[in-house]
Amino acid sequence: MWVKQISVFLENKSGRLAAVTRILGNEGINIRALSIADTSDFGILRLIVDDPAKAYSKLKEGGITVSETEVIAVEIPDTPGGLASVLDILDAGGANIEYLYAFVSKSSGNALVLMKVEDLDKAAAALKANNIPVPGAEQVYNI
Amino acid sequence: MIDLIWDRNETLSREDMERLQLERLRSVVRRVYSKVSFYRDLFEQKGIKPTAIKSLDDLRHLPFTVKDDLRNNYPYGLFTVPREKLVRIHASSGTTGRPTVVGYTRKDLSTWADLVARVVVQAGVTARDVVQICFSYGLFTGGFGLHYGLERVGATVIPASVGNTTRQIKLMKDFRTTALVSTPSYALYLAEVARDMGTPAASLGIRVGLFGAEPWSEGMRSEIEAYWGLKATDNYGMSELIGPGVAGECGFQEGLHISEDHFLPEIVDPETLEPLPPGSRGELVITTLTKEGLPLIRYRTRDLTELDYSPCPCGRTTVRMKRVTGRTDDMLIIRGVNVFPSQIEEVLMEVQGVGPHYLITVDRKDHLDEFKVEVELAADYFTGQYRHLESLERTVRDKIQSILGLAPKVRLVEYKSLERTAGKAKRVIDNRKLR
Repeated sequence: MWVKQISVFLENKSGRLAAVTRILGNEGINIRALSIADTSDFGILRLIVDDPAKAYSKLKEGGITVSETEVIAVEIPDTPGGLASVLDILDAGGANIEYLYAFVSKSSGNALVLMKVEDLDKAAAALKANNIPVPGAEQVYNI
Repeated sequence: MIDLIWDRNETLSREDMERLQLERLRSVVRRVYSKVSFYRDLFEQKGIKPTAIKSLDDLRHLPFTVKDDLRNNYPYGLFTVPREKLVRIHASSGTTGRPTVVGYTRKDLSTWADLVARVVVQAGVTARDVVQICFSYGLFTGGFGLHYGLERVGATVIPASVGNTTRQIKLMKDFRTTALVSTPSYALYLAEVARDMGTPAASLGIRVGLFGAEPWSEGMRSEIEAYWGLKATDNYGMSELIGPGVAGECGFQEGLHISEDHFLPEIVDPETLEPLPPGSRGELVITTLTKEGLPLIRYRTRDLTELDYSPCPCGRTTVRMKRVTGRTDDMLIIRGVNVFPSQIEEVLMEVQGVGPHYLITVDRKDHLDEFKVEVELAADYFTGQYRHLESLERTVRDKIQSILGLAPKVRLVEYKSLERTAGKAKRVIDNRKLR
């Protein structure tokens, strides 16, 4: 089970991010991780939440342009060089990364990195072969 | 399909039509010359007597009438009858200045209803239809014009007017509406609202749509037809001439039949004002042949179109005008290039992933014109990936550039973030201070 990420199309206009997070808040949906990147015109907000299916439908009902993407979560020791060694493994395994973002887990103290890769199976196989933990979706939603 | 024709005058031979037109033209010229000082002065300045009209060709010697002439004679100066003889007044919105006022005698109202009846019958409406009119009822001619024409045909009319869109959908459902009258942009908006309400427009059982009052494109037509599962026809008119009922499409959807026994059309070059031969694109000029209260000679509509005299398979012999593709006065000149909003609309309709609503903004920075096209990202097209959005913007920009030779800045905006209106949609903001 891959981690489901919610992507939201946002115009660069004041109040849009607040509108999105308010909908989630009102529905009791908790944000686990987020990343936002923008150009001068628009931005894409990427969210990991505790209930992605509900978040998707509630945002859609609220008139927000939204889509769902599968990403892979990778647990990385929170030490210098931790990310570099994981990236080397993926590189060697031929998994092409489109984007990634990270947060530090409260419980394990490890960094959790969320990656959008072209081929999820290939990436997971390369990581597992090198004993890098790949937490499942439920585990990530409940961090 | 049995294609009904409302009036035998719609099938006259060219010879009979021209004979009738000439007879009526001579009569209307005499009428305005003897009753309207504005026209008498104009004729005298040009040294023309009504008796000089010997053939339809002599039309070219007559003076033009423009919208400002109506404004300058506000409110009643161009009427040929005393005010007591008028039984109805309509007026333009006056958004671009002083409103223009039009008046109808009892006979004019009857003529009008008959002309609208022609238009709705050729669009496919019959006495068995339930027709919902989503035009405003008021000074604007759209609501009342369609209303009385549809009543004359015998259809069941629902005067729903505009606004309260969820109620409009409910009315359609409850009253089992079979024909819709609205602006094309409102038809799209209604479809969106219907979908959000969980009753897709196509499930409502509406089979015919009559759309007018604003320019639209073939792409918009396909979109409306796909949403609603109806046959969408264009119709044309303007309050100065009578309101709706000047021209309309038949089921073949290849141009709008002009009721030329009442409205004598010409195409002129908008710069030189010289009449152009059939098939040339230019400004539509109309002489009203039968109006009593407010006849107009060679009225410049500002609408750009062309005339087609070839026979139509529907059996009508009246001349067809092509869909109006722009107006001489909403043409934008950007870096010296003539730009019609309709050209940009055509591009947006072709590109998958962007919605039908758009806004063009023109600015002047450091003495250079810049224009921006904002268009909505279709809700189900978003993949969450930048490169898709960027390539969509690039596609729109490149297509516009290939048509205009000018590259706009293209900006994708959120679905439903551009203004929806029940009336005429605002598509252009020109921030240049050129005057």
